[in-house]
Amino acid sequence: MALTQSDIDIEIKDLQDTYDKAVAGGAPVLNHPGRDYAPYRSSLLRHPKQPLVAVSGGDPEAVELSGPVFGVTDITEHDSDLTLQHRGEPIGERMTVSGRLLDRDGRPVRGQLVEIWQANAAGRYAHLREQHPAPHDPNFTGVGRTLTDDQGRYSFTTIKPGPYPWGNHTNAWRPAHIHFSVFGTAFTQRLVTQMYFPSDPLFRYDPILRSVTDEAARNRLIAAYDHDLSRPEFSMGYAWDIVLDGPSATWIEEGR
Amino acid sequence: MAERLLPTPSHTIGPFYGHALPFPGGAEVAPQGHSDAITLHGYVFDGAGTPIPDALLDFWQAAPDGSLRGAPGSMRRDPSTGGFVGRNGVDFTGYGRVPTDADGHYALHTLPPGNTGLPYISVCVFARGLTHHLFTRAYLADGADPLLDSLPAERRATLIAAEGTNRTYRFDIRLQGEGETVFLEFQ
Repeated sequence: MALTQSDIDIEIKDLQDTYDKAVAGGAPVLNHPGRDYAPYRSSLLRHPKQPLVAVSGGDPEAVELSGPVFGVTDITEHDSDLTLQHRGEPIGERMTVSGRLLDRDGRPVRGQLVEIWQANAAGRYAHLREQHPAPHDPNFTGVGRTLTDDQGRYSFTTIKPGPYPWGNHTNAWRPAHIHFSVFGTAFTQRLVTQMYFPSDPLFRYDPILRSVTDEAARNRLIAAYDHDLSRPEFSMGYAWDIVLDGPSATWIEEGR
Repeated sequence: MAERLLPTPSHTIGPFYGHALPFPGGAEVAPQGHSDAITLHGYVFDGAGTPIPDALLDFWQAAPDGSLRGAPGSMRRDPSTGGFVGRNGVDFTGYGRVPTDADGHYALHTLPPGNTGLPYISVCVFARGLTHHLFTRAYLADGADPLLDSLPAERRATLIAAEGTNRTYRFDIRLQGEGETVFLEFQ
């Protein structure tokens, strides 16, 4: 029998309660989701069961201490404006999404490639395997990329994506979100994540968002509406900073 | 030291990245026609042994001279049309990106890494269902190595690519279960 939203809700609540109780009892806060978050069914057969093997930061030859580099030829100017990639205007709420890419010491991560992808305003991806019967928008593909500037800042002009149904369980709907891929300065700083919009009523039902069991960490995935980023007669503004993990900063300080 | 910021949580890449992240020539890290080029290839499997058709692999490695500097230009664009131009066919950038195909297979054409110690290519695995990406290494030779030597023989074998004919190396990735690949955590 197909699982219902309430079946999934019970699993989400159980795992949330277990986490909250553990933290109240002194367990460490988890900034990232668990790999085997059962309410997100696709994770079941895809998480390693063996513990990860630690690679010590004491190995100065580790290839992962450095990372790929990207330059101005890797992007074009209109790659960061998803509303200019076709002949006509895309349908939907036009918005500017901007923020800073920082390391955990608050330093800007400069000249880094930021890639985004998303559904259109109707909640449909420009992907053939996506069969949600909402219209494609001939003027919107939903792909962007840019490089961070000297302050670590990125900025995209795009269209607010719609929520969309997915097959995790009956009546599963994903909150509106934009996918982000960022590189950082070391291969170990690599991050793929998703940005959400304030006050989305679907937050509580979504096993992907809820896989981040720490509420404060979850809130860091939600952009803030920023009126100063809104452009007169043009677009709504959303601010979202990204902070990269990764031991590279410490390793460099320790003598590279 | 100043107070450290809290990191942005990881999320799955989802199944619908295919129109955004893969780029033409992502697998062609070796300059065109280079006589030293090798092919690293294999399958990505889930815990039921089913090949995963929606995985995305990032590769990063040392240049043949051992340099880890990398070079821009893996995904060059044409500023007049916005179209994809691709690598310039000369510079080695050290970076590759390959989605698995419908059979769960990937292939990377590159140059042998010249890093100190055993040669290896660093791999980062993304897929629907992976809430956090996974790191591993494809070693192109067996021998003394601090990481390999720390592993029991059976697990060690999961990190060593099998040399085949025509300068190919087979490296399968198993996310779970029997023969599960060793995945790495950098501290």
